[in-house]
Amino acid sequence: MTDHPQALSAADFAPASARPDAHGITRPSQSYWQDAWRRLRHNKRAIASLWIVIFLLAFTLIGPLLWRVDPYAQNLDRISQPPTLAAQTLLVERGVQWEGVTLPQWPHAPSREWLTDPQRIELPAPEAMEVVGDPHTLSVRLRWSPVANAAGYQVYRNTYRPTAVNELGLPLGETWAGNDVGYEDQLALTPNTYWYSVTATDGLRESEQFASIAVDVQLATTIESALARGLIPSRDAAQAGDYVAMPANPFGTDYLGRDMLARLMHGARTSLFIGIAAPLLFVLFGTVYGAFAGFAGGRTDDFMMRIADFVIALPFLLFMILIRVASGIGPGESGIMPLLMALVVLSWPATARLVRGQILQIREEGYVQAARLLGARDHYLILRHMVPNTLGVILVTLTFAIPTAIFTEAFLSFIGMGVAPPVPSWGSMSNEGLKSMLNSPHELFFPALFISITVLAFNMLGDGLRDALDARMRSRE
Amino acid sequence: MWRYTVRRLIQGVITVWFIATATFAAMHMVPGDPLGSERATTESIRQNLEARYGLDKPVFPDQYLIFLGNMARGDFGISFTQQNRSVNDIIREAFPVSAQLGVLAVIFAALGGVLLGALTALNRNRLPDVIIMFLVILGISIPSFVFAALGQLAVVRLNDWTGQSLLPVAGWGTFQHMLLPALVLGLGTMAFLTRLMRSSMLEVVNTDYVRTARAKGVPPLRVFWRHQLRNAVLPVITVLGPAIAAITTGGFVVELVFAIPGLGRTFVEAVQQLDYTLIMGTTVFYGAFLVLMVILVDIIYGWVDPRVRLG
Repeated sequence: MTDHPQALSAADFAPASARPDAHGITRPSQSYWQDAWRRLRHNKRAIASLWIVIFLLAFTLIGPLLWRVDPYAQNLDRISQPPTLAAQTLLVERGVQWEGVTLPQWPHAPSREWLTDPQRIELPAPEAMEVVGDPHTLSVRLRWSPVANAAGYQVYRNTYRPTAVNELGLPLGETWAGNDVGYEDQLALTPNTYWYSVTATDGLRESEQFASIAVDVQLATTIESALARGLIPSRDAAQAGDYVAMPANPFGTDYLGRDMLARLMHGARTSLFIGIAAPLLFVLFGTVYGAFAGFAGGRTDDFMMRIADFVIALPFLLFMILIRVASGIGPGESGIMPLLMALVVLSWPATARLVRGQILQIREEGYVQAARLLGARDHYLILRHMVPNTLGVILVTLTFAIPTAIFTEAFLSFIGMGVAPPVPSWGSMSNEGLKSMLNSPHELFFPALFISITVLAFNMLGDGLRDALDARMRSRE
Repeated sequence: MWRYTVRRLIQGVITVWFIATATFAAMHMVPGDPLGSERATTESIRQNLEARYGLDKPVFPDQYLIFLGNMARGDFGISFTQQNRSVNDIIREAFPVSAQLGVLAVIFAALGGVLLGALTALNRNRLPDVIIMFLVILGISIPSFVFAALGQLAVVRLNDWTGQSLLPVAGWGTFQHMLLPALVLGLGTMAFLTRLMRSSMLEVVNTDYVRTARAKGVPPLRVFWRHQLRNAVLPVITVLGPAIAAITTGGFVVELVFAIPGLGRTFVEAVQQLDYTLIMGTTVFYGAFLVLMVILVDIIYGWVDPRVRLG
């Protein structure tokens, strides 16, 4: 109190008049839920999570309507392709044989003297190598310049540039004459860059000198196959040499050439269905069970809670697997329902305990006693006082149960105990992607990313809801 | 204290009985039957086999009582798929592997969780807190199989880069084999414990006794060890029981990915091959082990924190 108030006038000492509206309520009253919503809205992380959850639901429900690619359609010429936005395929005629390249004139075949000379030098590599025509996934045609004294050539293929003779890669085939200098590769080609190498052989010994060429192979489809896959409407609509747009794979393809985006969407159906339906069911059951036990009290309560204790003691994952095995999955079944059932059977007691505790607490509250004294019936007490007062806690439990359920499903599908193939789920997709992690990381990355984002969003939403709904449970951040 | 312990143990025995019963019931619901195989058997051979294994008797009560009797004597029977091996042998071989891995993972998780949690609380809203809490959120949200895969990838790259094999990528045998799987196994729990420890530490940081200790001139490190950490660590101990359970069952994936011959992999393989006795044996054994762990943690908690010593 060091600084003095400046210049007080007489008006400052006038007696205050009574304000008639001093005790009036100036703001509209807010219900519990309005207040909770206001608090949640101010929580940026929770709102961001809410948007992510909405996006995921849209991805799952609306996505397959917009992205009409069959998640089960295998496409064996597009295996493990990295993400592409625009894909096209070259149409080619089926079964066009290539007669190869046989030169009418060439240096000369190995003579008897050459072959019997132990001091003979190694044959040189072909001087030039070139691609004939368009290289595509159905055929790559090569020709090279002849080598004197050669009796044939060996053709190799690799996926990287060979720097030594032991890096030539896959031996594709050979030709049997020194003037036979063409080769057509039709062996399991995918859109990729290949290095072809050719060595000459004199009939007795293969040279270690090689010529290499890099070939960018583009995707091609026969007209028949394009017709069968619905890429072109009719035979006359396109001819060989045309390019036809292929369904793009924005997220790449998996190890059977199935579209990852479509599989992620349908996998989201599995994962989110189990992740949301199972918690809904077991939270509902646990709530009813716990509320009944808490409300009944006494010996009924003891007995019911003892059962819950036993179920909690069951080793969770072991019994998830046991129940799934016990329910038996026949051929053609997805195994989603047994998984759902197992989750519900094993997970309800936690909610039951929580709700019972809440009910026991509320039962002793003054307002409940007062209501009872005024003659309120049981169902009125339950509906009017107990349910609204426990709803916040239940909602928070539900939100936290969702990521746990999604994790459990992913985990079980990952060890092969979840949904049965070919039904996609994020867990089984991760499992499949793990095997080719080094060559095509996108197959593991995308499902794992979706699991992580979903779990993260629900966890943060749960944190936000807890802060908004329940002042007692508010985390101290 | 003794009465409490004895009561908990009796409860534990009843719980294990319940687990055994549930296992028995689940295995009897499995479609197919244990003696069914591709090899054609005549009716009389089949009857002989059923008589030998008691399968001709009614499921309840005869088979059930035989099963309970065997379990009580600790006899889990003979494996259906591994020749000349009893389930006891298999468990005796596989369990120490899982236990070693689990113990190391729990140590990783508990030490890491407590230290990181304390660190974040003391540096609240500063850079270490922000970074660690971001990593914690990642740790909670990313499934363990992804960590396992990334861990293996990192080890491969590390070995390539240094040109020598510092750490093995998979397998079992030496201490080096245990490091990466144990870390992966403990990571989720570590993240969870860090969060718990942080909030519990935040409560303790500004308590009266801490302020008093500071006012008395107690050195900061001693305040940290004796007054803050000791009090903040209590809630962490309560969740250690469930955490051990999570880590032991979490071993499934880690043992599969890292090719570790532990109990989790044994169980998954037994389920895939429908090895009845091995499935039942592992389940009951696991269940009994988990029940024992929870009881043990409860007793330790009562011993550490006199306030909750329940009579």
